[in-house]
Amino acid sequence: MTSSSVPKAQRSFEKVNEIVRKYEAKQSALIPILQEVQEEYRYLPEEILTYVATALDISPATVYGVATFYAQFSLDPKGKYVISVCDGTACHVRNSSPVLNAIKKKVNLPDGKKTTDDLRFTIQTVSCLGACGLAPVVVINEKVYGQMTPEAIELILDQLMKEEGDN
Amino acid sequence: MEKIKNVYELAQLKDKYQKEFEEIKLRVLVCAGTGCVAGGSLDVFAEFKRLIGEMGIDVDCELDHEDSCAKGVKVAKSGCHGFCAQGPLVRIEPADILYTHVKVADVEEIVKETLLKGNVVERLTYTNPMTGEKFAKEHEIPFYKKQLRRALANCGTIDPESLEEYIAHEGYNGLGNALIKTPEEVINDVLASGLRGRGGGGFPTGKKWQFTRIAEGDKKYIICNGDEGDPGAFMDRSVLEGDPHRVVEGMAIAGYAVGADEGYIYVRAEYPMAIKRLKIAIKEAEEAGLLGENILGTNFNFSLHIKEGAGAFVCGEETALIASIEGKRGMPNPKPPFPANKGLYGCPTVINNVETFANVPMILNKGVEYFRSVGVPNNPGTKTFALTGQVANTGLIEVPMGTTLREIVFDIGGGILGNRKYKAVQIGGPSGGCLTEDHLDIQLDFDSLKTVGAMIGSGGLVVMDEKTCIVEVARFFMNFTQNESCGKCVLCREGTKRMLEILEKIVNGKGTTEDLDLLTELGETIKDGSLCGLGKTAPNPVLTTMKYFKEEYLHHVENKICDAKVCAALKVYQVNPSKCKGCTRCARVCPVGAISGKVKEVHSIDVLKCIKCGACASSCAFDAIEEV
Repeated sequence: MTSSSVPKAQRSFEKVNEIVRKYEAKQSALIPILQEVQEEYRYLPEEILTYVATALDISPATVYGVATFYAQFSLDPKGKYVISVCDGTACHVRNSSPVLNAIKKKVNLPDGKKTTDDLRFTIQTVSCLGACGLAPVVVINEKVYGQMTPEAIELILDQLMKEEGDN
Repeated sequence: MEKIKNVYELAQLKDKYQKEFEEIKLRVLVCAGTGCVAGGSLDVFAEFKRLIGEMGIDVDCELDHEDSCAKGVKVAKSGCHGFCAQGPLVRIEPADILYTHVKVADVEEIVKETLLKGNVVERLTYTNPMTGEKFAKEHEIPFYKKQLRRALANCGTIDPESLEEYIAHEGYNGLGNALIKTPEEVINDVLASGLRGRGGGGFPTGKKWQFTRIAEGDKKYIICNGDEGDPGAFMDRSVLEGDPHRVVEGMAIAGYAVGADEGYIYVRAEYPMAIKRLKIAIKEAEEAGLLGENILGTNFNFSLHIKEGAGAFVCGEETALIASIEGKRGMPNPKPPFPANKGLYGCPTVINNVETFANVPMILNKGVEYFRSVGVPNNPGTKTFALTGQVANTGLIEVPMGTTLREIVFDIGGGILGNRKYKAVQIGGPSGGCLTEDHLDIQLDFDSLKTVGAMIGSGGLVVMDEKTCIVEVARFFMNFTQNESCGKCVLCREGTKRMLEILEKIVNGKGTTEDLDLLTELGETIKDGSLCGLGKTAPNPVLTTMKYFKEEYLHHVENKICDAKVCAALKVYQVNPSKCKGCTRCARVCPVGAISGKVKEVHSIDVLKCIKCGACASSCAFDAIEEV
């Protein structure tokens, strides 16, 4: 991870220390610790994984193994807006794929990438958000949008980009 | 709430809250399940509060205030009503009125007409999309009429963030009853009830408890499996969001029965609202002395923790879930040893699904006979299903075990959208199987489904119509399991990859008949050679669809035709002879020379040469080239 957004030297470990202390450096708390770290940094920077390993007295390989096992963890920086498109069965049979394509096109997502170059949007698919009655479903950060169509999501993104511009 | 000192005090509280509850003349319940919140129900809730306050209607008295709401209206957020596609839902009790698709702008009319005058606002009532018939009363709506909501009894009826309301509905009475029995008596009750694990396997819950009770060890654990990862299932979410105390109570009863003093609820991180409501419920229960030390004045201690999952489908498997709670990669371990003997941190552990725990308080509160009064022999009680897909009424339902698929799809579900033809139901998600038209009269219970190669699984029912390509659906499930395979067993890791490749080949029009044999062989091998439920069941969707829709697979590989016209690569372009003027334009634009015909004569497309680029169709000035 050579191109992380904040230079290593500037990164403060204070927050990480606080999180580790909160869980009393328990090895069994590795997952909640990583969850809070990710909430803080929006991803799991490599040097922090090593730091957590040392603090918990486990090997960096163990921490890396857990960080790469679960879908929630990201080793790359995530965008400001995380757009999750549900591709569970119910959403799939109610045409979630065109919605996903519309989003990718709208935010100009480069092929094969999950996050736009300006770090504004991360697009991911998830297996099920449990809102199948509203299929297809899109979640932007924590807000749930149901019964989506390519046209509807475009309007929502327009609005979002406009607000973003205003700020 | 102050600590409840003993069972008698609990009973007194129940009477008191019940009385207060009954005195509320009108209750406005705004659904605050994930589905309705997405539709803006929280704004509707705020508008109700604002308007009612403004108009000076005596309102929003909390149940725990003495001498409060003798004539009041209470506005409350409730859990999921189940009828998610019609949200946001507003229910008026006791008049039993259900309003659908309620917007902020509708609130004023509801307040003025329904709350003040008792009139029904017709335009907001449910309309049957098939017949146009309108229903004002919730219980008359076909979606609800055939249901029997027992585990979900409180979902949508009470405020999930209020312990008082739960107690008013006989909450924690089951725990109270359990605590005056011996642990063995409690286990015997659960055994006698015939309750089977609602997570999919259908293992008798009482037996699990018994094994854990007799297992050696001072420290024992209770785990609630809320890692509902099946795409197309959301019953656990609804129970946790709509009636969290019920799950807490069920777990406490289990703790008492097996001699455990600590429990974990494992919830997917994708369910933030369920986590929030559980946290509130646990805190309330601790304050009231229903969790913690010396519960209800006895020497039973029980504490609960929440563990947020981090996104791994395989963690629904119990040994993988335990590994995940311990902070490890969520990979399964061989059984035996079973968790009942060696589970969390090596201690005997009971691990049950959310819905299983939600059924437990009822058994202890209303008795074994009550629980057994519905269902079919060997499969007593009710089961919740998440009904989704191409069906008119999607949502969360609960029916007696043994209800037929036809009743669910056509009576409760209201039939197929747009009056199209029923094709199949995928039951139990990526580990389940598919049920065809021939199976419409099959009873949905653990044993009957086994006979046709399907399983209840988590209870997801995804309805598919004639426009769904069964091969594409099989590919979809295989893609899911292949992604979620944890990689421990070679056959699951590599085998699902190979199966997915073959299925992709088929939907791309490059499949051969030999591929179908290979799929079957791979499927059987993966089932035999995998450690956990994920691998053992991963080939099911492919194997069952190949069994029941062999024709469709054959059409894909032999004739390169997708009957449902879903697979893009299998689209066939044809010239409509009545429209073709023989201008030769299409023949000129075709990059592979697949179109032949003389000037002013009808042209034809050689299907075998055609690469489905669509250039001919877009160039034709007479719309003579059609996709079939």
